[in-house]
Amino acid sequence: MTAAATADLAIETRGLTKRFRTQTAVNAIDLAVPRGSVFGFLGPNGSGKTTSIRMLLGLVTPTDGEIQLLGQSMPNKLREVLPRVGALVEGPAFYPFLSGEANLHRFDTADRHASRRTRTGRVAEALERVGLTNAASKKAGAYSLGMKQRLGIANALLSPRDLLVLDEPTNGLDPQGTREVRHLVRSFAAEGTTVFVSSHLLAEVEQMCTHAAIMSAGSIVAQGSLDDLRGAGESHVRVRTPDVTTTESVLARFGLIPTRSSHSDSHTEVTALLPHTSELDPDRILPALLEAGVRVRGYGIEEASLEERFVALTGEGFDVLS
Amino acid sequence: MSSPDLATERRPGPGLDLLGSELSVLFRRRRTWAMLAAVALIPILLAVAVRLTASELDPGEGPPFLDRVTQNGLFVSFTATVVAIPLFLPLTIGVVAGDTIAGEAGLGTLRYLLVSPAGRLRLLLVKYTGAAAFCLAATLTLVVVGAVIGALLFPVGPVTLLSGETIGVAESVLRSLLVAAYVTVSLLGLCAIGLFISTLTTVPVGAMAATVVVSVVSQILGALPQLEWLHPWLFTQHWLGFAGLLSQPADLSAFGSNALLQTGYIAVFFALAYSRFATKDVLS
Repeated sequence: MTAAATADLAIETRGLTKRFRTQTAVNAIDLAVPRGSVFGFLGPNGSGKTTSIRMLLGLVTPTDGEIQLLGQSMPNKLREVLPRVGALVEGPAFYPFLSGEANLHRFDTADRHASRRTRTGRVAEALERVGLTNAASKKAGAYSLGMKQRLGIANALLSPRDLLVLDEPTNGLDPQGTREVRHLVRSFAAEGTTVFVSSHLLAEVEQMCTHAAIMSAGSIVAQGSLDDLRGAGESHVRVRTPDVTTTESVLARFGLIPTRSSHSDSHTEVTALLPHTSELDPDRILPALLEAGVRVRGYGIEEASLEERFVALTGEGFDVLS
Repeated sequence: MSSPDLATERRPGPGLDLLGSELSVLFRRRRTWAMLAAVALIPILLAVAVRLTASELDPGEGPPFLDRVTQNGLFVSFTATVVAIPLFLPLTIGVVAGDTIAGEAGLGTLRYLLVSPAGRLRLLLVKYTGAAAFCLAATLTLVVVGAVIGALLFPVGPVTLLSGETIGVAESVLRSLLVAAYVTVSLLGLCAIGLFISTLTTVPVGAMAATVVVSVVSQILGALPQLEWLHPWLFTQHWLGFAGLLSQPADLSAFGSNALLQTGYIAVFFALAYSRFATKDVLS
């Protein structure tokens, strides 16, 4: 990768690997997170997302590989880089006996770059941004799960950040809270902050992100802009008709392998995978069907959704692979 | 929010804010105050018990100095200190020192302090300083409460020292503070051991218990004459050795050798804690 390209990346890893004794949690991943993007880090639970994030933030030492965060090498430049990074890692954590406000004060003192003079103002601003101003003086131990999650996000916003790393930011939030977080993430992006957000929820990534990487069993199985990811998937032709046999023979003529599924007596659907690589022009299929006298009651060429892509890449289940 | 250089332009401060925050969090915890209150109870119970029984003790009966309490209230501090040193003070120090890193790990706040970034060495130094401050607070509580309750319940006057000389009240207050300093220094080695143990686990209670056990084991070893060769190396060796501070003129040699021994323990166990913590994978 050239120097210019590297400078455009907020996060870049090469061959990043973490082994715990016999288990490889993260296996040689090459992340490339463009600056200014909202990057979804997608994968089932246990696929190595959080371990990767911990390595990015210098909490876990990689077994192998390199990390560049905002153009600087981690963990060597940790002290210079991390003040510019806000993070929510594996759920929020607080001192239950301190108020929400006092908790943020506490974390802010740990950052030597954070000025004491502006601390109270910045804490109030961060609380305001996540809608916790009214609960500021309440003990964090008495917060609901959703409030803790917001306080965790507020903690990531204590200083002006160039990069936000949010690990499962909508965990434990009700639908209203989820919408608000999504809105917040978009507003960070609008301000030019790169947002790296991990999730096991695909719909969430589809709604928030411009780019994504899909993790499965410790490896990245796909990465790119959302459009690229969707485009790389396969599409299907779907025909609803009573004339099943004719349809099948027409599709077979195009070199497709039809499968039938009957939803009811009058509705039988024939679907066939459109291979990515073939020279086939899908627009020729419908005229051919009509020409053969097939009564077409429904027809469509369906692009693979990100969900199908996700399931295809990660293996359907939510099994933890060890 | 977007300016890429904004964060780097700010010059880092000396980083004392974290120490201030650590002390304020430590002394804002109800647990800390409960332990200090329990420490304060020792001289109070002791003085009240002696006052109520009223019967004269034979010289040398009971804990050291106890027989002198009825004659001079200032001895309550010394007696309470001797009573608290073997178990009670190590117990409270074990709780605070064992909690330093393991407590943050248990709460999950350790990861947020580290990504702030607090810096691992700085965090250890701050945590150790906090625990040392608690040692001082506990010892001062013992001595000050002892002096106050002693003055309330018993006559106060010139103190007759172990060597037979008599010193005035003002100087005896000074000697009390010297004893407090001695005991605080005595506990600093244990603090460093607790800090090290605390880096090994994410379960604070385990680290606390282990620290207390270490102090008890060391005292047991110190009581076995067969292990005499080992005794000079035990951090508990000088714990009760402050009698020299109560002679005239004050004999500071025990203070010196104790301080040297504790410095050695601090150096070794702080280094161990750092070598363990600097590269530790924080998974909590």
